[in-house]
Amino acid sequence: MLRFANVCYRDVLQGLDFEVGEGRTLVLLGRSGSGKTTALKMVNALLMPTSGQVFVEGRATTEWNPIELRRRIGYVIQETGLFPHFTVTRNVAVVPSLNGWPPDRIERRVNELLERVGLAPKEYAQRYPRQLSGGQRQRVGVARALAADPPILLFDEPFGALDPVTRHEVRREFTALARDLGKTTLFVTHDVREAMELGDEIGLLANGRLVELLPANQFPNARSEEARAFLACLRDD
Amino acid sequence: MRPGLAGDILNLTYEHLVLVFSAMAIAIAIGVPAGILLTRRARWRTPVLGVANILQTIPSLALFGFLIPLPLIGGIGPRTAIVALVVYALLPIVRNTLAGILGVDAAVRESAVAMGMTASQIFRQVELPLAARTILAGIRVATVATVGTATIAAAIGGGGLGVFIFRGVASVDTVQILAGAVPAALIALISDGGLGWIERKFAA
Repeated sequence: MLRFANVCYRDVLQGLDFEVGEGRTLVLLGRSGSGKTTALKMVNALLMPTSGQVFVEGRATTEWNPIELRRRIGYVIQETGLFPHFTVTRNVAVVPSLNGWPPDRIERRVNELLERVGLAPKEYAQRYPRQLSGGQRQRVGVARALAADPPILLFDEPFGALDPVTRHEVRREFTALARDLGKTTLFVTHDVREAMELGDEIGLLANGRLVELLPANQFPNARSEEARAFLACLRDD
Repeated sequence: MRPGLAGDILNLTYEHLVLVFSAMAIAIAIGVPAGILLTRRARWRTPVLGVANILQTIPSLALFGFLIPLPLIGGIGPRTAIVALVVYALLPIVRNTLAGILGVDAAVRESAVAMGMTASQIFRQVELPLAARTILAGIRVATVATVGTATIAAAIGGGGLGVFIFRGVASVDTVQILAGAVPAALIALISDGGLGWIERKFAA
């Protein structure tokens, strides 16, 4: 579904090799500057590998029409990048509108998704992003990514800006949602707890290299120095 | 009130409005696209803004004078005056168009790209609406300044309310000066208020 084949990007990524199976969630864990966000941006062709290939649904990103590729991939970033001049409804409707869905289908889809992420459409549909709390904005960001029912989802530290309590809540809901939807997901975070909660697999990045790649429940047994550093902060909490 | 003064005020106010409207229409038609172009051509920014800045520093009476001997755009009359007014109005419009579009949050632009918008969709649906307020602010500043500067058009036979002012100054006639200055000030206040209102509509 999603495969990195010996991907290098300048001096940021050095030979990444991994695969995310259909319906699986792989979490890329790493410190700031480890290259995890760069790796994520390779998937929707925001960046192109300087060598190697990223395959999406069996086709290299260099072979895809980038516009077509991106509309098949939901993307959630930290500040959510919601459009400040669009209402919640129009924000969620962006990709369906670009894809030319009829208005009544868009409306049904938007309402369904807002319900799904826990925002009553009656109350929130016509609000602007600045009239929402951080947690609510993040939920809209998730709804927007899901809008056109893309087979692949990318998350770039989506919960990083939230306070710890909201973060915990949104993450728990998101875990349930992700399990329900069965999307192929690549998730980037520096939070080891989040990685273990959300991932089927965890890939640990350090200086642009994958130093661990293992099922999430085996991560506590990882032996590399970097993995031990991350596990140490789990104990200190 | 002198006989005929009211009629003169109306006529010259009309001439003044024609000068301002023509100059602003041309300045917007050139300035906004130029500002947009500069967002795409980083290397042109410094030279273009530099030239616009220099033009801005030429005293207005001198600029009107410089233009008279030029072929095509020069000569005596309103056409030359409009050219000079356009030159002055360009800088705030170009600068604010550039600043408005470059000021769009990088995260917002990136998410537009990541959602599969084409370059022209990003421009029309994201960059332009988010920059609209700043662009309009530039147009407002330019309009108010042009209403004032347009009084100098009378010095080169361009007409407008400046006719009263120059005549009043020459004959030490306060009534004449006020007959020019008061309507000009009112036009400036009304356009400032009106354009400010449109600008705030975009604040939503």
